[in-house]
Amino acid sequence: MAATKKEPVNVNWAGPLNAPLGGLLTWVDQRFPLMSQWKEHLSEYYAPKNFNFWYYFGSLAMVVLVLQIVTGIFLVMHYKPSAAEAFASVEYIMRDVPGGWLIRYMHSTGASAFFIVIYLHMFRGLMYGSYRAPRELIWIFGMVIYLALMAEAFFGYLLPWGQMSFWGAQVIVNLFDALPIIGPDLSTWVRGDFVVSDATLNRFFAFHVIAIPLAILGLVSAHILALHEVGSNNPDGVEIKQNKNAQGIPVDGIPFFPYYVVKDALGVVVFAAVFCAILFFMPEMGGYFLEYNNFIPADPLKTPPHIAPVWYFTPYYSILRATTEDFMWVLRAGVVAYTLLILFTSRGCLSKLVAVMAGPVVLIAMGVIEAKVWGVVLMGVATLIFFLMPWLDKSPVKSIRYKGTLSRWALTIFVIVFLTLGFYGTQPVTVAGTIISQVGTLIYFAFFLLMPWYTQMEQTHPVPDRVTM
Amino acid sequence: MTRKIISVALLVCALVPSFAVGAGDHVKLDRAPVNLNNTESLQRGAALFVNYCLNCHSANYMRYNRLQDIGLSNKEILDNLVFSGGKVGDLMKNTMDAGEAKVWFGAQPPDLTVIARSRASEAGSGADWLYTYLRTFYRDASRPTGWNNTTFPNVGMPHALWELQGEQVLKAGQMQADGYTASVEKPVLAKPGKLSALEYDRAVGDLVNYLVYMGEPAAKSRKTIGLIVMGFLFLLIPLIYALKVNFWKDIH
Repeated sequence: MAATKKEPVNVNWAGPLNAPLGGLLTWVDQRFPLMSQWKEHLSEYYAPKNFNFWYYFGSLAMVVLVLQIVTGIFLVMHYKPSAAEAFASVEYIMRDVPGGWLIRYMHSTGASAFFIVIYLHMFRGLMYGSYRAPRELIWIFGMVIYLALMAEAFFGYLLPWGQMSFWGAQVIVNLFDALPIIGPDLSTWVRGDFVVSDATLNRFFAFHVIAIPLAILGLVSAHILALHEVGSNNPDGVEIKQNKNAQGIPVDGIPFFPYYVVKDALGVVVFAAVFCAILFFMPEMGGYFLEYNNFIPADPLKTPPHIAPVWYFTPYYSILRATTEDFMWVLRAGVVAYTLLILFTSRGCLSKLVAVMAGPVVLIAMGVIEAKVWGVVLMGVATLIFFLMPWLDKSPVKSIRYKGTLSRWALTIFVIVFLTLGFYGTQPVTVAGTIISQVGTLIYFAFFLLMPWYTQMEQTHPVPDRVTM
Repeated sequence: MTRKIISVALLVCALVPSFAVGAGDHVKLDRAPVNLNNTESLQRGAALFVNYCLNCHSANYMRYNRLQDIGLSNKEILDNLVFSGGKVGDLMKNTMDAGEAKVWFGAQPPDLTVIARSRASEAGSGADWLYTYLRTFYRDASRPTGWNNTTFPNVGMPHALWELQGEQVLKAGQMQADGYTASVEKPVLAKPGKLSALEYDRAVGDLVNYLVYMGEPAAKSRKTIGLIVMGFLFLLIPLIYALKVNFWKDIH
């Protein structure tokens, strides 16, 4: 069968090589959608021209993903996924493998960098309403990536087989124990043993190097395909596709290549400078990126006095620890208040019906099931609740620039609470810390659950027709 | 608005570490004189390490010939530091039986390869902890080994460097700080050893310096390479910035 008939590809930037290169590209293009893909995703993908600082973190997340995969491949060449050898093999990489320390520090610093970049990327989405229609699926794919990333980090953290690796995994897997009926069997099934052991290390290794990275790569593709289908949002929350010129090109759009490629290149080198400053001069980051206790080999017989997860999990860990028996009374009151709020102020019959049915069920469940389980539930809900953002935000405008005072304060307080919960999650339990975490937990959920009300109550500002630079 | 959020976030970041200080434990650690460029100190530390520590402890992840880093030749290492008759490429293993060690000390003496990294905490670096710990042993007849330690109370390890330091005993004293007076017990020298107090502090300083080196032998080259990489990036940033500005000059 003959190759697909297409226009020849013209190359005009390679001097004497123009003709042969053009010929080669034409040959490829007739057998592979080279030029159409190049145009669709780069040279004729029109992105709003007013992207600001916060828009660097998408491409940076991609850079860190590649960095983690490449350094990970080299680590796997020397790492031994066995309880007897894992710790020693990491030190072997740090000492005897030429350049091994560099690869290992790139990977360990990259793990934290990944979360910093992703949290800033998510914050950008929250600020400018990037989750709003028609971008709900981009947001949902993104949230699944975030969950997969947490799983990836959790599995990977066991691999150095230090004390924190071991006991962190032990604490988290034991959370399944709290679930009614199936709990103990489930946690044994996850570990493959009655304690975290060689069997656990091997399966976590399999998840960390193959299963989850594969899923993340697929999800990232879906995330970007969905983005390129509907087009990028921007700091003004204006749809640039509603304002096109005679050629059908958005007047406020500029092609991703070359404009955002060079701009993101600037982001990448600045990021690289910050990344390298940490990597080369403070790879432990004061015990936050590499925990001190993890330089002690895992010892199943010696529980460390203070077990703290790595910093990027600590906001959720705080929520888990905040859920005490006493706090359950506050949560019960919260459920009653929220049910009443829906009953008296909601316009939809369906939501009233759901509230009348679900409210009492949750209350009864709270009476029957112990606080420990609710801690696990709340921690899970705290991560999953982000999925609902597209439907919780009822504001007539997308961007925080044109939302009212309530939304601005809500987001500001949410960020402060997230950081505060994160900090207390790294600390040993204290009375003050628990109370602050409990207040933080309430505010954390109020930010989401009250969003349908405060985004409708407030006075918004007029949105311009065109983007502002 | 964005600016407001950033400034609040920065404020929170600035406040958080001040909470952290209050949360640490209250053992006050002395600052260890760590200097990875001081080759002589590292060599003296290495000699102390193989003579006094390696009998009971191991350094299972460290090879003898890595000590070329601190200015020793393979021959010098073999002649002066390898006592087991092993090869220069061997790991710094120790032959004590783990089960017997447990009977003698209550626990197997920990491997020391990365001890300087694992002992770090909010109270100070791992080096500070080790430097303080190795200078706060005192005589305690109630302990099986006859020794106790104020930095690590009821530690299973006897004072391995006692012939250098001599013997300390616990003396009650007064400590004044911030307008408070508290009675504390601290170890003071009762029977001098081979070294004066100052010489002993220096010897422990050398040993701790060595332990820090051994915790991360690549630390020095890490910083050197880091400077080169940072230099390259700081040259690259203005170039890429100029490229961006040039490409974007028509976008308004």
